[in-house]
Amino acid sequence: MPVSDWFRAREQRRYTVASPKTASADLPDGVWLKCAGCKHTVYRGDLEKNLNVCPHCGHHTELTAFERLLALADDGTFEETDATMTSTDPLRFTAAKPYAETLAAAREKTGLSEAVVTGRALVGGHPAVLGAMDFRFIGASMGSVVGEKVSRAFDRARDERRAVVFVTASGGARMQEGMISLMQMAKTAAAVRRFSDAGLPFVAVLGNPTYGGVTASFPVLADVILAEPGAMVGFAGPKLVEETTRQSLPKGFQTAESLVRHGFVDAVVPRTELAQTVARVLDYLCAQEVPEAAEGAACPVPRGEGS
Amino acid sequence: MAAVRHVMEFERPIVELERQLEDLKRLDVSAQPELAEEIARLESEIEMLKDALYSALTPWERVQVARHPERPKTQDYVAALFSEVVELRGDRAYGDDEAMFAGFGTLDGVRCVVIGHRKGKNTAENIRRNFGSPHPEGFRKARRAMLLAEKFGLPVVSFLDTAGAYPGIEAEERGQAWAIAECLETLAGLRTPVVVVGIGEGGSGGALAIGFGDRLIMLENAYYSVISPEMASLILFKDPQHAAETASALRLTAADLVELGIADEVVQEPRGGAHRDPALVLAAVEAAVSRALRDLLGVPRDELVTRRQARLAAIGAAFVRE
Repeated sequence: MPVSDWFRAREQRRYTVASPKTASADLPDGVWLKCAGCKHTVYRGDLEKNLNVCPHCGHHTELTAFERLLALADDGTFEETDATMTSTDPLRFTAAKPYAETLAAAREKTGLSEAVVTGRALVGGHPAVLGAMDFRFIGASMGSVVGEKVSRAFDRARDERRAVVFVTASGGARMQEGMISLMQMAKTAAAVRRFSDAGLPFVAVLGNPTYGGVTASFPVLADVILAEPGAMVGFAGPKLVEETTRQSLPKGFQTAESLVRHGFVDAVVPRTELAQTVARVLDYLCAQEVPEAAEGAACPVPRGEGS
Repeated sequence: MAAVRHVMEFERPIVELERQLEDLKRLDVSAQPELAEEIARLESEIEMLKDALYSALTPWERVQVARHPERPKTQDYVAALFSEVVELRGDRAYGDDEAMFAGFGTLDGVRCVVIGHRKGKNTAENIRRNFGSPHPEGFRKARRAMLLAEKFGLPVVSFLDTAGAYPGIEAEERGQAWAIAECLETLAGLRTPVVVVGIGEGGSGGALAIGFGDRLIMLENAYYSVISPEMASLILFKDPQHAAETASALRLTAADLVELGIADEVVQEPRGGAHRDPALVLAAVEAAVSRALRDLLGVPRDELVTRRQARLAAIGAAFVRE
């Protein structure tokens, strides 16, 4: 999985700070941004209010894990879990540069301890465990920490009878942890199996980009799979596919929209409608009496007005 | 010992000496008595060199042995280890992927479901079998076989030998990631014993899809890795020439996997690799699989699944700090 391609593609998709020629001279730096989709100049505040979706063309640019979680959770309900977990560099991996340095630089750059953030929250009133990946952290690749946090998220949701909502964005397995990373695919798939066997709902949201060992493990095992507009999702990266097959790729290859056409994703949902759509899905999946939920409240229907 | 046609890069110095030895042997020894002495000296030198070279293969050299075209393939293991074989074909949704074997077979009196990546033994066969790199329908066929095993209480024996899942346009369009993930979820909860044997290449997700269970037996020179050494080199060094270095860093050898708690057992190979004496290796693998099956068949199904899940959950858990 050529993670390097993703870094490059991601650079191209990001909003670039407009040059002083196009922005007013008396405004502070970085207030005006240029959309990578339509090249319109956008006021940063407007963009941020719109969850980094361009108000002109609807282009989705990336969000941090916390931005994603806060956009999904009911106001003020998100409470992070396993916040301080870090990797101990199990292989003492060094090639080109020590993995320990790569990890330290990623922590420094993002202020995060690792590439995934998990926690408890309410989503449309439903008790849930939420997770989101942060592509800035070594391409949100999955090593021992991501695998452990994902597994614990599902186990916690199972124990507390909560739904799981997970937003992905990842280049794949983290090569610097070798086979331990590969085995996290099996470990997280096993966690989904335990969770799913308990009759609880899992909604996945595939963000841009989601590839390799992350796609091919926990997210695609969800009961309902949503994706963000234009998100690139697959197993092998497009450059590798092109080089291996020596064919030009079909238009829209591996986009969320083409995955819907091929039958692998339920719906492409604009980010601005995501929270509402996830809540509506959970209304259906959390309302049912599941056999395992004989005791206590499994994702109870919210006791709202008048009930 | 079988005559070997394919010479690996690191064996070239020895092959060169062997060629010189052959030349000397063709000369008339009776005319030059000192020649016999020279031949004997060269022969012992070659033996010493072989011992030194093959007893300390680097991880990158082992990767080359694992990829040796004459190395025993899944179909050799199926033919040698199992009797009354019935092949099962097709994923019941799209097609039959010849890069993946599935079938029934009896090993030492134990009826099993057998699955495995299937590389070809020559170019024509390799093209038909896509060089052992499955499409989604290959994984779906394997999953179908796993579910049959569970339903009818048969243990699963799985042979790993793939460079990886095929990175093609159609493979992606037919849901490669989905097919692999469904295999992982199925294996994680399969209520029947699963014995996995790494016989050659264990390339990433395409290997893992049929590559974990209750026992992982690795041939001495088989490898199992999250990424190929060449691809890791390309990403980390922007250049595929550092594969020897990344092969070491990735800790992908059989011995590494035992140390990491991922593999259970290593089956030794003859000097130079399994292709030097396939019969010996086939017999050793048969004994190891038979032992594993007899150990596991006595374990209650619930306990088997609980143990398998606990073992998966533990992988990596010791390497995080809070």
